[in-house]
Amino acid sequence: MSRLRESLIELIRRTSAEIPDDVQTAILRGLEQEKEGTIAKSAMEIIERNIGLAKSKSQPICQDTGSILFYVDCPVGLNQVEFEREAREAVKEATRLGYLRQNSVDSITGKNDGTNLGPGAPNLHFHQHETDDIAVRLILKGGGCENVGAQFSLPNTKLEANRDLDGCRKVILEAVHQAQGRGCGPGVLGVCIGGDRASGYEFSKREFLRDLDDRNPDPKLDELEQDILKTSNELGIGPMGFGGKTTLLGVKIGAANRVPASYFVSVSYMCWAFRRHGATLASDGEISGWLY
Amino acid sequence: MTHNLSSPISEEAIRELKVGDQVLISGVVFTGRDAVHKYLHDGGELPDGVNLDGGILYHCGPVVLKDDNGEWKVTAAGPTTSIREEPYQGDIIKKFGVRGVIGKGGMGAKTLSACGENGSVYLHAIGGAAQVLAERITKVRNVYFLEEFGSPEAIWELEVDKFPAVVTMDSHGRSLHDEVAEASQAVLERNL
Repeated sequence: MSRLRESLIELIRRTSAEIPDDVQTAILRGLEQEKEGTIAKSAMEIIERNIGLAKSKSQPICQDTGSILFYVDCPVGLNQVEFEREAREAVKEATRLGYLRQNSVDSITGKNDGTNLGPGAPNLHFHQHETDDIAVRLILKGGGCENVGAQFSLPNTKLEANRDLDGCRKVILEAVHQAQGRGCGPGVLGVCIGGDRASGYEFSKREFLRDLDDRNPDPKLDELEQDILKTSNELGIGPMGFGGKTTLLGVKIGAANRVPASYFVSVSYMCWAFRRHGATLASDGEISGWLY
Repeated sequence: MTHNLSSPISEEAIRELKVGDQVLISGVVFTGRDAVHKYLHDGGELPDGVNLDGGILYHCGPVVLKDDNGEWKVTAAGPTTSIREEPYQGDIIKKFGVRGVIGKGGMGAKTLSACGENGSVYLHAIGGAAQVLAERITKVRNVYFLEEFGSPEAIWELEVDKFPAVVTMDSHGRSLHDEVAEASQAVLERNL
């Protein structure tokens, strides 16, 4: 894996500076539908200009380069200890180069040592499979959108949300309304129905690895995704919460089994600066292809 | 309509601004976010050289690098979410005479009321637009509390030129955020 560190630095650079094509397409669609002369339109124009500038300057799309989440699919036998060591070095170097902000704070002392390394930072998820290919995906998730995530335990009396898909719909729309523009909309929802409090949020974030324009293979979840997207865009919250037609760019919903006593709906919000890329790697760690 | 603002800003200039107006800010702004607000709320003093009277406070944790000549250079600098400073902002506006707060996502009733009392506005910059906004920062004049709070939380004294923002809370009691929240709630209720 002699090339691994260099590849991961490039993955971080690309993720921080270049919006994936699927997200850019959705943003351009949003820009077109906002009305001329409104502050919503002007917000979308600045967003579009920012995407181009970040790419051409190879600098962060957003200064909050966020939580660093690696998802690694690897063959049985890959040395995960070595992989993690290289990933940490790559993060340190990418921070020095300005692809990442000095963004990791000791929660007890309040100190920021400027390396982006510490307990839980960066965050790596390994998944083994029985083929030889290696794929590494990266999400950089900013704090503003992370803070508007929400987890609901059903039934919810106040929202009259029961333990069924209609109850899920009610709480997800409540999360959209609560977020208003604070998560840097127009955003994307990743939702997990079920799981426990930890796995629910964890699975909700994995939904961001899906292509924005794919369709859910489960017809019931597909219907719910389309419904939430359409209804949210009728709320008039708009870009940045300025009012307007584009409140969400996409909705992705998955499900995990639950124990009979629990029924959680976990909603993660991703800002328009949707930073996610991925690459396949050769056995020496060299990038052999891009995934988005 | 679009207004040009540059600090120090008079109360009169602020009172002219209405929700929905676009502004272009030039001159000096100071960054300050969570650590700075808590510090000031706990009775901390502003360091020598930081004067917020008639000035602009920017909720921002920029990416700042030193170039080959040892000069600071801001390479990414969009706004951070302002609502976290709601417990402190109103008092800070009044105590230090802040005329404009730049941030994103809007703020609450306490800040809105302080804007009315002091003659101040909340200026919404485009969240996530770190490159467009960094381009409007022409110079880093100084930095304070870099060691204590770390780079994103430090007070950066910046010169800006035509930095774009939208008035979303004015000094006449109007908040676009409250209006959109209320209108969207009514639509939501019809759709449940």
